[in-house]
Amino acid sequence: MTDIAWIDLALASARPKALGALLRYFRDLDTAEEAFQEACLRAIRTWPEKGPPRDPTAWLIFVGRNSGIDAVRKRSKLQALPDEDTISDTEDAESDIAERLDDSNYRDDILRLLFICCHPDLPATQQIALALRIVSGLSVPQIARAFLVSESAMEQRITRAKARVAKAGVPFETPSPQERAERLSIVSTMIYLIFNEGYSQADPKREAAAFSDEAIRLARLILRIFPSEPELMGLLALMLLQISRRQARFSPEGEIVLLEDQDRSLWNQPFINEALALLDKALRHRRPGPFQLQAAIAAIHSRAKRAEDTDWVEIDLLYRALERIQPSPVVTLNRAVVISKLQGPQDALDLVDPLGEKLDGYFYYHGLRGNLLKQLGRNGQAREAFDRAIALAQSAAEAAHIRHQIDKMQEDAARPIAK
Amino acid sequence: MLYAILCYAHEETVFAWTKEEEAAVMEKLYAVQEPLAKAGKLGPVGRLMPTTAATTVRKGKDEALVIDGPFAETKEALLGFYVIDFDTLEEAVAFSKQLSSVNPGSTSYEIRPFYVFRPGDAAS
Repeated sequence: MTDIAWIDLALASARPKALGALLRYFRDLDTAEEAFQEACLRAIRTWPEKGPPRDPTAWLIFVGRNSGIDAVRKRSKLQALPDEDTISDTEDAESDIAERLDDSNYRDDILRLLFICCHPDLPATQQIALALRIVSGLSVPQIARAFLVSESAMEQRITRAKARVAKAGVPFETPSPQERAERLSIVSTMIYLIFNEGYSQADPKREAAAFSDEAIRLARLILRIFPSEPELMGLLALMLLQISRRQARFSPEGEIVLLEDQDRSLWNQPFINEALALLDKALRHRRPGPFQLQAAIAAIHSRAKRAEDTDWVEIDLLYRALERIQPSPVVTLNRAVVISKLQGPQDALDLVDPLGEKLDGYFYYHGLRGNLLKQLGRNGQAREAFDRAIALAQSAAEAAHIRHQIDKMQEDAARPIAK
Repeated sequence: MLYAILCYAHEETVFAWTKEEEAAVMEKLYAVQEPLAKAGKLGPVGRLMPTTAATTVRKGKDEALVIDGPFAETKEALLGFYVIDFDTLEEAVAFSKQLSSVNPGSTSYEIRPFYVFRPGDAAS
């Protein structure tokens, strides 16, 4: 890594805090973004010579604020501030602002910055695009490549989303504890959406695959400023457990490898350990929530040395708890997999069939049904379900996985005749 | 004398390293430790998880308080340590400077001599 690469990294990691603080100060997203941009340019000019400041974030806020004020004054044709050489020696002011801008101040700034991206009028993909642009500072071409759309289309989308956010008004008053809790929950969901946008990519070289890492970075950031929120611990643990299987999830040919067939030696043990540590911390709060429960389920898989060591009874209990606090047909579908392990395919199918109305357009529903029917030897119906699943597959990897199951079913069916 | 070298850094930047960047830095840091390991002077070396994984137990009025997060909310967090047998402080400083020169992050290395050190056998 060069010094410049390090500076880039420092600027990127300071961005949410610095931009959040500048947004509070200027109360206008465009002005705040321009001010931050200007501060970054000055950092690139001055840091290599003078060495990086002890607290890059405070430096950027201080310099960004001054340049923003400068810009605002120029626009209103008032007296400009002294030029940057006179303010570039920010040592004293910087330590002062660092004192005052302690984490208690940053907290609501960063939360606000994330929260405005979650505007309920914006569809999920636009929330993700906006958050990646504003909070993470990814460039429009980067985001466009990830979403497989043209730059101009993405530019338009983000501009429109920003206008929507601006029109809605940014909530600047300090949130009440209840509002804060609501914002945290909404922001957590958005971070998980970003994660999944990356995690669903089979090709690790695809631009979007990096979104998973970005989501983990955002979750760590927000947990650092809200250190006692068990659901944030659960969210981070869940993402770490999922990403720990990144190397094992796809075959070299790009085909999905099911959890039970994965080479567990490829799982990233440091991520698993960190997730288990976070879950332990979360449990102490005795305030379970959906992310904690999903993470706890994932953790049971991670703890099993071999697939056959999996504690399905415990997983069943956790899914039941999850169904209680967040009832959803998808959760029930997942529990059906557990039931197939504990009680066999017929009981699982009895649980799955009533979900048809709600999940008819869902790939996994038909995939699982096909699998259960196959286990029961009802190959004709299994084939129908698999065909339906292929029609609904959203990636080549998903379709290939189902085709593989069909092939196996046909092989198994052909075997007695061949003998 | 036995020294602890405590590594403090801005963790938001360190944990933003890509896997490739991290692997490159770690390799260089290993290379710096290697001669000491060969000379039998290198003790335990540890890399700590992010402070989000930390829990702090603090003296309370009746019972100790258990608090999420690191002991101190500082700009730079304790992210790792080395235990090394150096003959002089000069050697410890030279080693820390070597670490610093291969580490692109703005890590600070705090050199602290030991009163007592019990290596134990948990990790061996």
